[in-house]
Amino acid sequence: MSKREVRLMQGNEACAEAALYAGVKFFAGYPITPATEIMEILSRKLPQVGGVFLQMEDEISSMAAVIGASIGGLKSLTATSGPGFTLKQENIGYAAMVEIPCVIVDVQRGGPSTGLPTLPAQMDVMQARWGTHGDHPIVVLCPSTVYEYYTLTVQAVNFAEMLRTPVIVLSDAIVGHLREKVVLPELGELKIVNRKMTTVAPKDFLPYKADEDGVPPFVNYGTGYRYHITSNNHDEGGFPATNNHQIADSLLRRLHDKVEKRRSEIVITEEIMTEDADVIIFAYGCTARSAYSAVEEARKKGMKVGLIKALTLWPFPFEVLLKYSKQAKHVIVPEMNLGQLAGEVERTLKDCPVKVTRLNRIDGRMITPEQIVSTISEVI
Amino acid sequence: MATHVSEYLRLDKMPHIWCPGCGTGIILGAVVRAIAKLGYKRDDVVVVTGIGCSSRTNAIIDFNTFQTTHGRALSFATGFKMARPEMKVIVITGDGDGSGIGGNHLIHTARRNIDITTILVNNGIYGMTGGQYSPLTPRGCIASTAATGTMEPCFDMCELVKAAGATYVARGTAYHATMLEQLIAKALEHHGFSFVEGIAQCPIGFGRRNNQKTPVDMLNWQKDHAITIAAAAKASPEELAGKFLIGEFVNKEAPEFSDVYWEASRKAQQKVKEAR
Ligand SMILES: Cc1ncc(C[n+]2csc(CCOP(=O)(O)OP(=O)(O)O)c2C)c(N)n1
Ligand code: SF4
Repeated sequence: MSKREVRLMQGNEACAEAALYAGVKFFAGYPITPATEIMEILSRKLPQVGGVFLQMEDEISSMAAVIGASIGGLKSLTATSGPGFTLKQENIGYAAMVEIPCVIVDVQRGGPSTGLPTLPAQMDVMQARWGTHGDHPIVVLCPSTVYEYYTLTVQAVNFAEMLRTPVIVLSDAIVGHLREKVVLPELGELKIVNRKMTTVAPKDFLPYKADEDGVPPFVNYGTGYRYHITSNNHDEGGFPATNNHQIADSLLRRLHDKVEKRRSEIVITEEIMTEDADVIIFAYGCTARSAYSAVEEARKKGMKVGLIKALTLWPFPFEVLLKYSKQAKHVIVPEMNLGQLAGEVERTLKDCPVKVTRLNRIDGRMITPEQIVSTISEVI
Repeated sequence: MATHVSEYLRLDKMPHIWCPGCGTGIILGAVVRAIAKLGYKRDDVVVVTGIGCSSRTNAIIDFNTFQTTHGRALSFATGFKMARPEMKVIVITGDGDGSGIGGNHLIHTARRNIDITTILVNNGIYGMTGGQYSPLTPRGCIASTAATGTMEPCFDMCELVKAAGATYVARGTAYHATMLEQLIAKALEHHGFSFVEGIAQCPIGFGRRNNQKTPVDMLNWQKDHAITIAAAAKASPEELAGKFLIGEFVNKEAPEFSDVYWEASRKAQQKVKEAR
């Protein structure tokens, strides 16, 4: 008999609960709608489990504190929305460079700037990928239901710990504030990953010497291993090597390779009613909800339409698109921005006989199933 | 028995990056000697820095060390201290790092009164980037971005952190290195947010543009312009003109942030247990 708890839950509440399930013991943040519920819930719950909740003076210091706590050995997470996400960017790059695990939840709202507070949007897709400077790796997960918000938050913590890199959960005001029935996973049901720890003696320890998988094992300070962390280009020993071009090249390539090596684990997509589809809707986040209804509607009308739902946005899931590059005649990409991910879809399919159609909405309202159905009718 | 300072250095990481005559090393020397005197174990100490010449200090000392982003060392250190309350956390920052880009974090970290010791190396200039004026450059001084002299007044950092709530505040100079070491030792032993400003010379970014041709001129300037708080109490207004105070400004007790936090957390955990 299953002991699973069933609850009516808000998306942001699911995110906070999932963080605790994944073993997060540190949160630092700064209030911003539509993300604030995550910090409100964790401000109550983290002290109850011996964890740390800090409300910092801004998002820059929140991100810094999260990384500092992770250097201290705790699984750490922060949550924000567009303007705050921008302020966190420099330190996200720091975490990528020094390989410190952390999770950043961005509950998207309409921008640029304070834009449409606090209506939904999907305008941070590229900021999530390229928001911090430099050629860095990143993992971005995107839920479309409250349950996915839960499981992807657990996955985000796992991926961050496994890869020693920042991972972003890119939700939106719709999924963040939506209330849905959730069957909560039991303890032990979802896999929990902890960062790999070193097995070598202090005298042989090199903090940035990676294993085969490209990830260097971690060790806590205060345990006999004294080492240095610098955001400058650094050698395996962790010390600045800013005049060494060869080290600069191999370090950055390794940072990317460690993510690419785990592509099959990290890249999560769902294919729904695609077996015979001539038209494929490629959707993510709240828009995938409308796309699902649109596919059902179109099927009723006898149109062969399917849905690819991207749960991982970065690394971009090109493999699933290429799978349908011969079968499908059309791919429609609905998104609440002016085509941030459609550009990637077009790039993936540029040499294929598939026509990519964009469907964009930027007025703070959701793309409706009717809009998608009418786009389907137009393309076929 | 006191430990020799060199035991706390990463000698294999020498030479350091500083210019000949730079004051940063003198301030670092005082920090290391204070730690040696107190007999802290190297494993128990964490030294966090930001970006700047003064933030390169922690690469050559044999503790647990991490350099962070420009101005944010105190926020990283706050997260670290809450994760690892048993460790001794020290932040070394520059005047640009700590009072400019990181000024807001300094105010808030002082306000929280979290148990972190901050050493601000004040050379009155952005050294690493080549001598632009900082919020601590005295008005009228020449900088690479102030050819005819800065037009802005500067902060008194000790007054600022005192007003913000720091529970230990002191100032010393590179010239008065022994006194500085003693002030740092007291700061390290203080429970709460402690702040020591160390006036240091930057001959390259500041001195050569401001009629202090050699590092020795700059150290003499410190000697001639510093006055202890005790001496100042007895001095006439004329004797005090152009002088700055050195010594201990604040040494008081107040609830320390992590003590307050963990007490609240303990109660919250107890409540949950009782509810079960
Ligand atoms: C966000 C950011 N802005 C600017 C810089 C460039 N920068 C590096 S060091 C520095 C000034 C450091 O001055 P200070 O803190 O006074 O330290 P000093 O070098 O004098 O010891 C600046 C502006 C940077 N690294 N990061
Ligand atoms: S530029 Fe100034 S602060 Fe930097 S190392 Fe040279 S003398 Fe020291």
